[in-house]
Amino acid sequence: MYPADYRYTKDHEWISLQGSVGAIGITDYAQHELGDVVFVEMPKVGAQLKAGESFGTVESVKAVSEIFSPVSGEVTEVNSLLLDSPETINKDPHGTAWLVKIRVSDPKQVSGLMDAVSYEAYIAGQAKEHFA
Amino acid sequence: MLDFVGLTEVEKLSQGCLHLVSVSLLHVEILSVTTPATAELRKTALNATHRNLDAKMVNFGGWDMPLEYSGILAEHEAVRTRAGLFDVSHMGEIEIRGPGSLDLVQWVTCNDASKLAIGQAQYSGLMTDRGTFVDDLLVHKMSDTHYLLCVNAGNQDADFAHVLAHNRFNAEVENAGPRYSQIAIQGPRAKEILQRLTSTALEPIRYYHFLYGKVDSVHCLIARTGYTGEDGFEIYFDPGFSVKLWNDLLDAGSHFGLLPCGLGARNTLRLEASMCLYGHEIDDTTTPWEAGLGWICKPDKGAFLGSDILVQQKKTGIERKLVGVEMLDRRIGRDGYPVVIGGREAGRVTSGGPAPFLKKNIGMAYVPPNSSAFGTNIEVSIRGQLAPAHIVAMPFYKRPR
Repeated sequence: MYPADYRYTKDHEWISLQGSVGAIGITDYAQHELGDVVFVEMPKVGAQLKAGESFGTVESVKAVSEIFSPVSGEVTEVNSLLLDSPETINKDPHGTAWLVKIRVSDPKQVSGLMDAVSYEAYIAGQAKEHFA
Repeated sequence: MLDFVGLTEVEKLSQGCLHLVSVSLLHVEILSVTTPATAELRKTALNATHRNLDAKMVNFGGWDMPLEYSGILAEHEAVRTRAGLFDVSHMGEIEIRGPGSLDLVQWVTCNDASKLAIGQAQYSGLMTDRGTFVDDLLVHKMSDTHYLLCVNAGNQDADFAHVLAHNRFNAEVENAGPRYSQIAIQGPRAKEILQRLTSTALEPIRYYHFLYGKVDSVHCLIARTGYTGEDGFEIYFDPGFSVKLWNDLLDAGSHFGLLPCGLGARNTLRLEASMCLYGHEIDDTTTPWEAGLGWICKPDKGAFLGSDILVQQKKTGIERKLVGVEMLDRRIGRDGYPVVIGGREAGRVTSGGPAPFLKKNIGMAYVPPNSSAFGTNIEVSIRGQLAPAHIVAMPFYKRPR
């Protein structure tokens, strides 16, 4: 379910690094919690993102959710598919529904994030807390 | 009738819930998903049934209710094109009986209940002495000495206290919510589906009329009413039969593509149909004239709570008017967002969001009457950014006849 080569944040973003460029999206857990996505607001190419800072929003029917950048870097590409088809986030959150690609300033920031196993344990812990 | 859908209450986020944006301007839209059932929340008889269907549950006015099952968009589409099934057992019922019952109903509500035939219902307002709303509701005439009021879930105890407080007519007033479960089946195929479970002919039941019959061998009040803008029925019955009726309706409807639907779709459907929601379009600061509800407000019937204020306001004019709003780009103006006209804050969005069937973003808002003409260009402030919109006629959606 959660790609082994991605890294994950506590805010349910993922990053997939290819060389120095990372694709960023939100996880399956996040899309499920949000419900049907209807609108995505994203930064422009060239925007400077900072780790832990909000860089856009994903909106579902009922909720508005900020997205936080897992790492620092410059936006090199924005996924225009999501402007016309925001529901792709629900259908393929780890693949075609990447939000932005960024040139990562410090790749070590990526390895500091949770791996798939840790993330799965983290979200299982969330569910337990819900029902505690 | 209309219950308090809309997640405008601030709820504590538990750690690890998705971080939802804190709207510095006005209010926080927070989704509390998959809430575990707690002792503090009230539950309908179908609570376990919803959880078994994997519904996302939410705290709605103190009730543990399903927000969605298969998704708000799918559920909304089902109701518009086929049929949807809603557990509305959280709604309240107040029974008024005795020779003074009509007088009491007439005194506390703004519509004219003396016009009702037995077996007929009307949409109305429960009024304060200031001409504003305690609640909105449906008044059903059961007999000359018996009226059934269906009120909003979150207001039922306050409504009951209000009716009691004004009962100088010696009517018997009962807070009957716990004695009823209620299921709504709504959509173009709703009648066909419900007909499979009853020998009572449904077609002859006119809109906003009701009768008693057996559904699935269960004694029910069968009303041709609803909160979706589609044809459909709401059935009221003893809570002990809830699970049986729900499951048998789902079975009867499976061939037709009947879907269980939650409060999320209930809200998007009523918004498209331009129906009011207490706490949003109407509350204890708004009058029927302001809310476009003059059609249910009848001061000519005789004095009622607040009617003197309403007669006066009709003469002097209203200072704000409820209008329909359509967003002009893809951005979504939501509940509570400010409306800006000519560079100045001029009002508020009362309810706003995507219209899944119409495929646009819509809302209702209060604006000054002199800025309320159709086509007026306005802006909605969305978390600090102004997004273009314009004023449009309501209802946004009207079902094909």
